[in-house]
Amino acid sequence: MEANHNINLPEGSIEKQTTTLNFGPTHPATHGVFQNIMEVDGERVVSTEQTVGYIHRAFEKLAERRPLYQITPITDRLNYCSSPINNMGWHITCEKFLQIETPKRVDYLRIIIMELARISDHLICNSIVGVDTGAYTGFLYVMQYRELIYEIYEEVCGSRLTTNIGRIGGFERNFTNTAFTKLERFLKEYPKVLTEFESLFTRNRIFMERTQGTGGISAERAMNYGFTGPNLRAAGVDYDVRVASPYSSYQDMDFTVPVGSTGDNYDRFLVRNAEMWQSLSIIQQAYNKVQSFKGTEAEVYHAEVPEYYLPKKEDVYTKMEALIWHFKIIMGEIDLPKGQIYSPVEGGNGELGFYLISDGGRTPFRLHFRRPCFIYYQAYPELIKGGMLSDAVVTMSSLNLIAGELDA
Amino acid sequence: MRPVRFNVHPKEASIAEAISMGVAPDGVSGDGFFATQLSSVVGLARKNSLWPLPFATSCCGIEFMATMASHYDLSRFGSERVGFSPRQCDLLMVMGTIAKKMAPVLRQVYIQMAEPRWVIAVGACASSGGIFDTYSVLQGIDQVIPVDVYVPGCPPRPEAIIDGFMKVQDLVGQESIRRRNSEQYKALLNSYGIQ
Amino acid sequence: MALSNEFIQEQLVNKFGDQVFQFSSANGMLSFESSKDLNLKVLQFLYDEPSLGFTFLTDLCAVNYPDNVGGELVVVYHLHNLKENVRVRYSIATAVATPDVFTASKLFEAANWMERETYDFFGVNFVGHPNLKRILNVDEMDYFPLRKEFPLEDQTRIDKDDEMFGRG
Repeated sequence: MEANHNINLPEGSIEKQTTTLNFGPTHPATHGVFQNIMEVDGERVVSTEQTVGYIHRAFEKLAERRPLYQITPITDRLNYCSSPINNMGWHITCEKFLQIETPKRVDYLRIIIMELARISDHLICNSIVGVDTGAYTGFLYVMQYRELIYEIYEEVCGSRLTTNIGRIGGFERNFTNTAFTKLERFLKEYPKVLTEFESLFTRNRIFMERTQGTGGISAERAMNYGFTGPNLRAAGVDYDVRVASPYSSYQDMDFTVPVGSTGDNYDRFLVRNAEMWQSLSIIQQAYNKVQSFKGTEAEVYHAEVPEYYLPKKEDVYTKMEALIWHFKIIMGEIDLPKGQIYSPVEGGNGELGFYLISDGGRTPFRLHFRRPCFIYYQAYPELIKGGMLSDAVVTMSSLNLIAGELDA
Repeated sequence: MRPVRFNVHPKEASIAEAISMGVAPDGVSGDGFFATQLSSVVGLARKNSLWPLPFATSCCGIEFMATMASHYDLSRFGSERVGFSPRQCDLLMVMGTIAKKMAPVLRQVYIQMAEPRWVIAVGACASSGGIFDTYSVLQGIDQVIPVDVYVPGCPPRPEAIIDGFMKVQDLVGQESIRRRNSEQYKALLNSYGIQ
Repeated sequence: MALSNEFIQEQLVNKFGDQVFQFSSANGMLSFESSKDLNLKVLQFLYDEPSLGFTFLTDLCAVNYPDNVGGELVVVYHLHNLKENVRVRYSIATAVATPDVFTASKLFEAANWMERETYDFFGVNFVGHPNLKRILNVDEMDYFPLRKEFPLEDQTRIDKDDEMFGRG
């Protein structure tokens, strides 16, 4: 987009200069602490330089100090809008590394929780895109349904946001009937809400004019920048970790991967909406599969891994073996096998990878998180170059930048 | 399976229970007048219209968004208008981890706020560094700015954030008019290096 | 034609001979190493060769092995061929005294910030990087925190007692 001035000023004159605008780190439109020092020419953005690290919490160094089960609370705080996905991704990494096979019921329950988390993440992103274009209603309306998702998490693990859900090998307790009832209520009520949310924005003339054509990126550039997740799919590449490297029995689920074409803000919004519909369908399928387990099979909620899964308290107080395992796990006497593994999972923003290297001690030698937000935020100057300042704001929120994941 | 009670029993709405009158401050009342201390009136006015500045950095910020949303509505307490300009706000709500890189920014925002100003540290990270005892995280925002109320939790439930907010309201309602000019307050700010 | 680990290994050995070594296939992913001067050539080969086509850089990070004298800092590249859905792990070692490694940011834009992060945490100097400065830590920091020799906690904090954490 070329800047179209009506005033012709001679080159090098004092009036023909760009303004340096400091956008952030405390700014209502940057959802999270990002700073962009922008050169703006009137309303057009000429270039920008980002500063990140305002919430660097040294997760990778922290993980070198902690045994595997203590790392789960740190993974919560990566993409905190969908923390169950991070937790499950970490547990799946550990299980792959330790060669633990989880029962099917555990996998399906995990799928339910992960897709609920994906819905909650996309809800925040899309409603905040709405807020940034001026429509606050959608946000307030869908937050009610995020509360329902939080209630489901609370039934399973006790916590709303930073869930620390599950254990290596499965879950800490079986899902109660209340959890299933709440899930059914969600499945019944949410489609109507999502339809209403879509009808507010998808064919809304103002929203379309704000978001179409802004913040676009081509598929080749997106792949070169390392984009993954809804941002890459909006650009036209159908890469989804759930399909490419299936984990937790995703291969048993039947779903499609929505793909956009131009990679602009509107496509990202549509892709996230479509993914929410797909997630609903996946949850329904997984729930049906869970309901089909009867009898003792319906009581299975974890794999048998005494070295890593805390035994039941009744057993700890009565049986010697359980007591010994409890002691060994808590006091950290379990040594990890040597080796390294890279295990990706489809987070709300893309491929969340866990690169774990162990040298045989009780804590990882090195744990590196491949954080999708960090990698695709590099493309932000290219996305907003030549566009208007207000479009830069909408682009930032449609990329779904979560500060915790960016800085780790 | 333990018995579970759902919150689905409809409650009869009774007007008498739904409305409660606020407590009036001590004073002398008569036919058409009510005399009380200036500080009580000012405190009453201020505490029921605190305008917060949400300084949301991480996970606690999402719980704050849930607090501001319709389920746990914070605007019932008078903070309908959240502002992002320090000049226009009374209450700085610091939610989330403050890294050492962010600390000067936080201090700058605090300095830009006009008196009277209060600070809530929401969450374990803002209160004391939380689970992040690392080289890059500030171990509590009270290293750089004076704090009035600390709300523990990781993240604190919206009810806890509202509880913290109500404690700030108590502080605001009972604050003496002369507090901001007193020697102790000046000494407190000096200890942080803020004039 | 399915791209198998043996095929990739064969192609690499045909091109680079014994300059690529330490092939292993733990957990299904082929990993190999080479010396650090070859890193751009190997990455370019993996990118350009039509039968290999590793055009997606998934991850770039470093690991500090303090006991491995002469190769204390290991830079690890994770590459991905999206069409055939095959991943490969490539690592190069560099000494901590001369931590210079050629930058991959001309080939992959994604490497730009990942190399800055690696520099910030480990001090690996990426030669040719357009903007190699600290990204996540404060700019004034004068050490590289993720190296094993440095502690996790901030040593100047006064409110937490290391004795209570078993680290007195």
